[in-house]
Amino acid sequence: MTEVTATTPISTDPSRRARLAEFWYYFSENRGAVIGLIFFLFLVLLAICAPLIAPHDPTIQYREAILLPPFWQEGGRAAFLLGTDAVGRDMLSRLIYGTRFSLFVGVIVTTLSLIGGILIGVIAGYFRGWVDTVIMRIMDIILAFPSLLLALVLVAVLGPGLTNAMIAIALVFQPHFVRLTRAAVMTEKTRDYVVAAKVAGAGHLRLMFKTILPNCMAPLIVQATLSFSSAILDAAALGFLGMGAQPPTPEWGTMLAEAREFILRAWWVVTLPGLAILATVLAINLMGDGLRDALDPKLKRS
Amino acid sequence: MFRFLLGRLAVLIPTFIGVSIIAFSFIRLLPGDPVALLSGERVMSPERHAEISHQLGFDRPIVVQYLDYLWGVLQGDFGLSIVTKRPVIDQFLELFPATVELSLCAIIFAVVVGIPAGVIAAIKRGSIFDQIIMGTALVGFSMPIFWWGLLLIIVVSGILQWTPVSGRISLMFFFPSVTGFMLIDSLLSGQEGAFQSAFSHLILPTIVLGTIPLAVIARQTRSAMLEVLSEDYVRTARAKGLSTFRVVGIHALRNAMIPVVTTIGLQIGVMLAGAILTETIFSWPGIGKWMVDSVFRRDYAVIQGGLLIIAGVIMLVNLAVDLLYGLINPRIRH
Repeated sequence: MTEVTATTPISTDPSRRARLAEFWYYFSENRGAVIGLIFFLFLVLLAICAPLIAPHDPTIQYREAILLPPFWQEGGRAAFLLGTDAVGRDMLSRLIYGTRFSLFVGVIVTTLSLIGGILIGVIAGYFRGWVDTVIMRIMDIILAFPSLLLALVLVAVLGPGLTNAMIAIALVFQPHFVRLTRAAVMTEKTRDYVVAAKVAGAGHLRLMFKTILPNCMAPLIVQATLSFSSAILDAAALGFLGMGAQPPTPEWGTMLAEAREFILRAWWVVTLPGLAILATVLAINLMGDGLRDALDPKLKRS
Repeated sequence: MFRFLLGRLAVLIPTFIGVSIIAFSFIRLLPGDPVALLSGERVMSPERHAEISHQLGFDRPIVVQYLDYLWGVLQGDFGLSIVTKRPVIDQFLELFPATVELSLCAIIFAVVVGIPAGVIAAIKRGSIFDQIIMGTALVGFSMPIFWWGLLLIIVVSGILQWTPVSGRISLMFFFPSVTGFMLIDSLLSGQEGAFQSAFSHLILPTIVLGTIPLAVIARQTRSAMLEVLSEDYVRTARAKGLSTFRVVGIHALRNAMIPVVTTIGLQIGVMLAGAILTETIFSWPGIGKWMVDSVFRRDYAVIQGGLLIIAGVIMLVNLAVDLLYGLINPRIRH
């Protein structure tokens, strides 16, 4: 045993801290990724502290201040920095509260589809045979539909609303995680360390989730950031079609749907919620690109 | 090649059966009585209920119902619309050309702009061109296209007044539909200004629907190109003294296109989904808008039939892409 410990310092330090440091080294080399991360953290802060930051209640209607432009335009008021919507609600406050819904959708959808996808994918890739065939056929069936169309129809079945929209989107995203996990598990399964663990007497569950799974995480993390941003886009799209969050919820897609009839009269009610969606999704995708560079061993120059 | 085709079909047929089971059970999963939902009658006597139930075949065992449904589907019977009482397949065939026309224009736009952009970014790697192209591509990739459409309407149709806001052609023009493609039909009609009208109606929807595929194709082309440019045969071609244009255009591009063709094929499914939003924004009378309208009208027969037809079309398109891929890349066949 002492011989083993003596040789470890020569090889690369396998401790968690060293790996994190290495990850951060590659991640921080990508300037866009760092900007994305900073903006994302800002959004998280905004979402958590929304009641403290927002100048108004997002659902209060100021009847004497309908469709006011932002403060720098003629007719704007300092009390409503980004103007008001068609029923006199403060745009800025609604946008700030909207951060909560979008990030919430991203977190829930990604968690649901990631956990479900990992469970199913590990089982398919580990056991193979008919279990694998059945699972992959079912995933093919889900993937045969355009994702937004399937989500739309699922919401029509379950009833419109943010919760059902999240369930539908998570279900539609799941096959991507299943396929990735399965592929990764299949390549890892034949490696020596897995065989060694098996010989040492590890059971199926231990082999699947403690031995193999941690080595399959890199592509899953990249896919998770991608589905985080896609979930925000799809939930906003469903909201825009009237099948997601229902008014008066200050969800960005729903806000856009309500603003549609004013597009040629009041640019701010249409422009701002969309800009918020774009900025959020862009920040997450920038982070995703950085993560891919930092986690993908093919691109590493070591 | 024949065995390759057989292999694909062996996967396709069970998938289609699965898809048909989903479409079949959809109407039975809805909260509420499927007989009332399908007949569109809210209040009915027990006798009337039994009569319609018998007409629709709901009084038979579920397996018989499914097999009957599948048999009908294979003969092109996708049921009748609850609202218009017309066959779902007829409505689909009427509206499908509009979606195909829009999707084709969008994919051409995406390829014509996306591939050169990706190639330039790869050749000038790290330069300001590369950064601008890839930055724009990432913005396009992150774009909520329903908002992008509204924005273009505000600027191009509202402020600049360059293009019309919605529809396929100005109401001033009327001519019989020959091909279903407005661009071709307007030319065939020989009416002055008809083609210009159809074309100007297409511009904004094409840009909106093509944005995300464009971004994906540009990114994919760049990375495929970078990989190919570092290959030995490219270095050999350079060493032979060939011009950069020849090296890139003939030696590198051809091989870099292999993954890009797959990406383009995969974008077709994305297109049909994107068409849901694009067609809704521009009141484009295609199948995307048809499905959204049916969801709102609670026309469950159309949703059921449309879902199955669209999935079937996408599966056939994917099969075609696979076969094409097998043709241009012989390595995949085995």
